[in-house]
Amino acid sequence: MLRCGYALFWLLGSVLLICVVSPVKGEAVVTREGSHLKLSESSHSNESQHGHSFNITGIPIVSFKWHHVETPYLVAFWVLVSFLGKLVIEANHHVTSVIPESALLICFGFILGGMIWAADKVQTFRLTPTVFFFYLLPQVILDAGYHMPNKLFFTNLGGILVHAVIGTCWNAASLGLSLWGCQMGGAMGDLDIGLLQYLLFGSLMAAVDPVAVIAVFEQVHVNDVLFIMVFGESLLNDGVTVVLFNVFDAFVSLGGPKIDAAEIIKGIVSFFVVAFGGSLVGLVFGLLISLLTRCTKNIQIIEPGFIFVLGYLSYLTAEMLSLSAILSIVFCGMCCQKYINANMDENSVQTVRYSMKAFANGSETIIFVFLGISAIDKVIWVWNTGFILLTLLFVLVYRFIGVFFLTWILNRYRLVPLEFVDQVIMSYGGLRGAVAYGLAVMLDENKIKEKNLMVCTTLIVVYFTVILQGITMKPLVMWLKVKRAAVTEVSLLEKLTNKMFNHTLVAIEDISGQIGHNYMRSKWKYFEENWMSWILMKPSARKKQDQVFDVFHQLNLKDAMEYVTEGERRGSLEFVRNENSIIDFKKKSESESFDINNANMSNDHGAMSTTSRDPIPSVSLEMHEQIMKAVREAEAINAHHLLDQHLYKSRKQHRHRFSRSHFDINRDEKEVQEIFQRTMRNRLKSFTSAKMGVKPPKTIVKHTQKEQQQKMPNGKSMDKAKTSYSGDEGSEGDSASGYDQSYMRATYRAGAGIENPAFMPDLDPMDLLQIPPWLGESELDSSMVALSHRAQVDLPRTPSNLRRLAPLRISTRSTDSFTLENIPDTQQMDSDQLQPPPPPPRPPRDDGYV
Amino acid sequence: MGASQTRPEHNYDDLTDKSGCNRDDLDRIPALNNNPIRKQIITAFFDKRNQHQNDVGSLDEIGFEQFLMVMSHFRPVNSTATEEEKVTVRKQKLRFLFNMHDTDNDGIITLDEYRTVVEELLSQSGAIETEVARSIADAAMLEVASTNVPHMAPDDFYEGITFEHFEQILKGIEMESRMSIRFLDMNTATMRCGKLSS
Repeated sequence: MLRCGYALFWLLGSVLLICVVSPVKGEAVVTREGSHLKLSESSHSNESQHGHSFNITGIPIVSFKWHHVETPYLVAFWVLVSFLGKLVIEANHHVTSVIPESALLICFGFILGGMIWAADKVQTFRLTPTVFFFYLLPQVILDAGYHMPNKLFFTNLGGILVHAVIGTCWNAASLGLSLWGCQMGGAMGDLDIGLLQYLLFGSLMAAVDPVAVIAVFEQVHVNDVLFIMVFGESLLNDGVTVVLFNVFDAFVSLGGPKIDAAEIIKGIVSFFVVAFGGSLVGLVFGLLISLLTRCTKNIQIIEPGFIFVLGYLSYLTAEMLSLSAILSIVFCGMCCQKYINANMDENSVQTVRYSMKAFANGSETIIFVFLGISAIDKVIWVWNTGFILLTLLFVLVYRFIGVFFLTWILNRYRLVPLEFVDQVIMSYGGLRGAVAYGLAVMLDENKIKEKNLMVCTTLIVVYFTVILQGITMKPLVMWLKVKRAAVTEVSLLEKLTNKMFNHTLVAIEDISGQIGHNYMRSKWKYFEENWMSWILMKPSARKKQDQVFDVFHQLNLKDAMEYVTEGERRGSLEFVRNENSIIDFKKKSESESFDINNANMSNDHGAMSTTSRDPIPSVSLEMHEQIMKAVREAEAINAHHLLDQHLYKSRKQHRHRFSRSHFDINRDEKEVQEIFQRTMRNRLKSFTSAKMGVKPPKTIVKHTQKEQQQKMPNGKSMDKAKTSYSGDEGSEGDSASGYDQSYMRATYRAGAGIENPAFMPDLDPMDLLQIPPWLGESELDSSMVALSHRAQVDLPRTPSNLRRLAPLRISTRSTDSFTLENIPDTQQMDSDQLQPPPPPPRPPRDDGYV
Repeated sequence: MGASQTRPEHNYDDLTDKSGCNRDDLDRIPALNNNPIRKQIITAFFDKRNQHQNDVGSLDEIGFEQFLMVMSHFRPVNSTATEEEKVTVRKQKLRFLFNMHDTDNDGIITLDEYRTVVEELLSQSGAIETEVARSIADAAMLEVASTNVPHMAPDDFYEGITFEHFEQILKGIEMESRMSIRFLDMNTATMRCGKLSS
């Protein structure tokens, strides 16, 4: 994680560095002036140093070259300032919970701008279109595309498109025409703006801004459908905006009289070309990325880079072909997400995810801060109350009208109609942002006399929507009781049922001959699985594509994690004392035959489970919380002991190899050999002890009995268990009542031990080989024996308690899958075989689990 | 449901001249070939429990009316429906799903029944082996058991998923709107037909 963090900082820095190195007019101004105001002191000293260095004839030991690093330095500095601003803002949770972060960042920008203004008397930093469109926007949009919930998006694509295309055209036209009408009516005084220019203005104001929408909506958590409607619209309407803007810009240049039907038709055609062409470029690049990641196995370290570079290239390519760049990069991200996630290494996927978020979040921060800074500039403030207020009013009103009208039409065809409150939020969520501002700044001052008024109005609309609407959004959502996104835990049954009824729906549509959503989806899925995945995905990755399996896998991982943390947390002695639960647990598995055992613990011996004793397969309920927990705890500690003491202590170590492309952990070749040797030794040992008939220890855990008795949830079942044991154990049945329980536990598990010799306690090799057990019983390291015994007793079952871990272990069915049939006879034998020599008086170490 | 015009090769064209259609007729629908749970779905059509008549067992042949009965489970909820109606519709849809699992009609989805369904459901992908599918089924079963009956006596069995438990654990899924098919070319006449018979 740290690694990604560094990488992305580096990348972000370099991106911004590039953006300034390239000859950008605005940025150059920024930097030149910046040196004066922000670092005036240092620049003074810098000049003096410079002067100084010229005078010296010898080699300067230290020289101060500010101008040498000025540009990248300032960029990095500004990035730092924005990030620090965000840090300060995010430190106060009670503020950000009321006011959205984007609004606060803009206000932060105001303050910074004010400082610059105060120092310099002229605003020198502002958001230039080039920087915004080429260096800040792409990351945000790529992130949006890459993390797009595809299914949701395509399910609602119809509605999104209607809103994005028709809604945006409506907004642009209505705003332009209404403003023009108001001017004709004399509401705004004397302005030199023609109808076409109004329409141009309308078109740049029409688009809902994805950056602002993400920023506000991700803090509100409205339901999925509503979010995707607003968000999808904001992404897709960019194509429309760009086309409208270009067309009207051309019209304005042409002048009114020259526009005829042919030009208008050309404009409409160009809309389709721009939108679909942009998407197509994105798709092509997306497929390219997917194909590339198929074969980046050997350059894992830089494979995340491909996504960023190619994504950016798709943006630039579309821009170069004057297609919609935003659509291009959105579709690029959407198209490749599935395949690259499957193709790339898990680490790379994480890296991509995090760096994507970091880039996006970083640029978003910078965008908002600079939006704020840009406001503090006397030049652009041309106040015209009528124009500004009317624009605000119209933007809001027409948005509402458009959304309500379009949704009304859509609802007649939607399975789940959008409710009234949803429509209100959709309308209210029509935030304008930096895209509008960027377009406004791009206006040509020579053609449009009132450019500054337009810029200023755009800024006001942006502030109004982002700050005011952003702040009121949350209370409004609460007040209207909009359905929120439910945070639910994934459950397997839900997933399965979901899949089930998806298939059912498809089948019903098939049977009824209806060609509906489900039909289309299933056909697409079929095509995708059979062709797309085949081409774009690594063969090895194709297997893991099933969603249900994914959930299953996730749950398994979660279980394993919980298991480990629990074990680590409770890795104390108190843990071990909790023995009653083990008995309880085991008792049941004994007395109720193995189907419970299976269903309850792991399910890996499902095949043989249900048939043996109980004809009705059923899940035992014995795993009620406490017992399960206690068992896990107890076994975790045992496992810990066992692993700690007896497992092969691997000699892995992170030896730093100064390589940029490898992270390997060194492997010792002798490891395998040694494991083999130990295993053999253990086999040998068990063989000899069995042959010599070494008696099992009689005193092993005698004193635990009392505790067990007391803690037993119900004494009855305990008795039952006991009887069943003694039945099984024939010869041992008459042993002291105090210990048969615990003894049984030992023998019971012993059977498992022999099947997996690698897990067998590893006694001290010296003792083992040199002192035969029958000779040196009392000399054996007693603590070792006792512990290993216990560990051996409990370990084999340990993993089986993770209820879902089964399939992961299927291949290694060895530790706990001894068959029921074998138990009576093997047990006896095993107990003879495996019982370590009787331990001498209790070693001090054993107190732990007494 | 008036939708048969779209793909005329389908079965109920011959409903007019025949008395009904049987399993083979449905089995022959080519579009169903890729459906992993085809068997369950076809069985559902011949299940008397899905006929709203509190009857059990299965039919050999269904007529048009019975066909519509089954299809009526997929009606979208009326937007003007009251809360009560919505609950009823939801229950009905869930019952349909439940019946697809519960093949022996004892009101309980046993582990065996559930495993069968899950195995078939996951059989299509090819990547998941039967054993994995089985343990997925087991894990899901266990999930139901642990959420629904957390404090059962240690000696008890969890027999299987009852309808109440099924309902309980699927609370989170918005069934009433999603398990619906919108028949775009549905006209009022056929709608009334569906309502009358239900």
